Amino acid sequence: MVQFLLRRLAIYIPMLALMSIVSYGIIEAPPGDFLDDYVTLLRARGEYDEGEVQRLQARYGLDSPIYVRYWKWASGILVWDLGDSLEFRRPVRDLVNDRLAMTVVLGIFTVIFTWTMAIPIGIISAVKQYSFIDYTFTFLSYLGVGTPNFLLALVLMWTAFAAFNVSITGLFSDQYIDAPWSIGKFIDLLKHIWVPMVILGTDGTARLTRILRANLLDELGKPYVETARSKGLSEWKLILKYPVRIALNPFVSTAGWTLPTLFSGSLIVAQVMSLPTVGPLLLKALQSQDMYMAGSIVLIITALTLVGTLISDIVLGFMDPRIRMGA
Amino acid sequence: MASVAVPKTQEDGTQSVYVASQWKLVWWRFRRHRLAIIGTVIVGILYLVSLFPEFLATHDPHERNAKKLYLSPTPVHIFDGWLPRPYVNGLKSERNPETLALDFEVDYEKKYRIQYFVHGYEYKMLGLITTDWHLMGLDTDDDLAAFHMLGTDRMGRDLWSRLMLATRISMSVGLLGVLISLFLGILLGGLSGYYSGWMDVLIQRLIEFLRSIPTIPLWIALAAAVPRDWSVVKVYFAITVLISFIGWTTLAREVRGRFLVLREDDFVVAARVYGSSPLRTIFRHMVPNFISHIIATTTLAIPSMIIAETSLSFLGLGLKQPVISWGVLLFEAQQIRAVASAPWLLVPGLFVLISVLAFNFMGDGLRDAADPYSAHG
Repeated sequence: MVQFLLRRLAIYIPMLALMSIVSYGIIEAPPGDFLDDYVTLLRARGEYDEGEVQRLQARYGLDSPIYVRYWKWASGILVWDLGDSLEFRRPVRDLVNDRLAMTVVLGIFTVIFTWTMAIPIGIISAVKQYSFIDYTFTFLSYLGVGTPNFLLALVLMWTAFAAFNVSITGLFSDQYIDAPWSIGKFIDLLKHIWVPMVILGTDGTARLTRILRANLLDELGKPYVETARSKGLSEWKLILKYPVRIALNPFVSTAGWTLPTLFSGSLIVAQVMSLPTVGPLLLKALQSQDMYMAGSIVLIITALTLVGTLISDIVLGFMDPRIRMGA
Repeated sequence: MASVAVPKTQEDGTQSVYVASQWKLVWWRFRRHRLAIIGTVIVGILYLVSLFPEFLATHDPHERNAKKLYLSPTPVHIFDGWLPRPYVNGLKSERNPETLALDFEVDYEKKYRIQYFVHGYEYKMLGLITTDWHLMGLDTDDDLAAFHMLGTDRMGRDLWSRLMLATRISMSVGLLGVLISLFLGILLGGLSGYYSGWMDVLIQRLIEFLRSIPTIPLWIALAAAVPRDWSVVKVYFAITVLISFIGWTTLAREVRGRFLVLREDDFVVAARVYGSSPLRTIFRHMVPNFISHIIATTTLAIPSMIIAETSLSFLGLGLKQPVISWGVLLFEAQQIRAVASAPWLLVPGLFVLISVLAFNFMGDGLRDAADPYSAHG
């Protein structure tokens, strides 16, 4: 297992390094020196301060060649120094920390939701193939895959607003937004998080249901199922104990791929529903060309995704020795 | 198990199945998939719309009308008495006693017959022929005659006409994007599968890398880097190329997989032993074998391109005015209060949904039909 993990890490760490270069490319992409814009901005606001400009110049090594600049930024990331947001004039770290936590929480909730929905639905659809239930879920899953997340969010928000005059944006009620963490705030979070969770989960649920159904259908026809049945095992016990276990296998391995789509999709939904996750912050940063913030956030989201993939590798390694052994 | 699938719908004897060409078998299999047929018809209609959007438009899609902001869809009456002669009622403006704003009310006294093949604003059909022919319209200059089948937006522009033009842009972005990713996919996947070795390792690592990064943040970042002073056409191509990068990895994997399987197959080995050149082996013997799979995968890749374009434009980072796409139209629906007062702004979303579903059904049918020799299906 340790060897297996090391092998995976040997792939992911260079990948992360490569991604950091791409992210730095995003920072450098806008034409001109970002400090020039900043100086213009400060002059316009009448807050020009020669000392601060020089400090920033030294901080990012703006006079040095590009690889030095890259290294100054990348080595900062390693100790969680993400650079400064020029828009907010604060370190990116301070702006990102809370939102990052919320992004992860939302991601975990969505994955849990996806799995708790997809597994039973997939099993029922496969066992009762071509039944009314199967057709209903097939239809729903087509709709789920076909609807862009943000559209679903828009329609739900509109329905809630038009029919009940409630706004279902955000993750907290007004009185809790800036409040420190407490039981009340946590309960308030639970009251709000299910809407984006369902919205983000539909797509993944639909996809995973299809995969599980197809896998299970392949397994159900195999001789070992017949054998177990002939030995008198009760039908549900049989199904849950053998074919489902095997059918879940590709399920876990593709779960790694759902994380990138999840973090990607959550970005637009978060913007629509103004959720306190990193998505809207990234968009704002890109729109105002606040590039250190943008680059750092892209890198963080990538790192999160890789961690997610790693977790699904580990789970898969536990479930299937063949993968662990590198066969 | 490995018996040849005999189409049930085929009445002229099952014998013909043994002499039917592969494409005929594919067609028979495809025909049985009813949803796929429906999907194909819808896709066909959508592409027909994208060929002649101005002809179907009832108004100039860029024309603003300060008097008719957020006008709700005009109800169209199909029957006038007993005869099927479609007409719309006129409008009369009334001052709201409370808000003192000018509101429109339906004026049932007035009837305007909907005319077919009318002269309207001038445009170039297919970009070639200058004409002012339109399918439908009111033949009147009356300011109080309104014919907005899907209402108007915040600038008083006709949503139906805008939707027609948006269909052209959105559907063509999907098609063009998929062609670019098909090219990349076949080239890189083919290289990877045919030569294997270090080239295979390199390309597979690249694909793995691209698949493991969260796409949307990166694309948004890249889309934001598109210079703001670029011309409309340039932005269109830049966004299309960006979007095409989403799809090619799936296609490349598919192509590579097919190459790996076929490379060692008897007939390919036979061709090679017989002295056929690599190019001939690939295009004469291997490609016809998996082209149907490629078509199916390509069809299934289009929806994600359409969704990608819609998402980017919806965020205001993809296509922008004056280009009209479904995403650009949905951009207007970002404010939930605007949607609450003008729900018809969400109609472009319905088009996205329908087109995505249609492509998915069509692709599913094609995928099942792609291998007509398999037993299941």
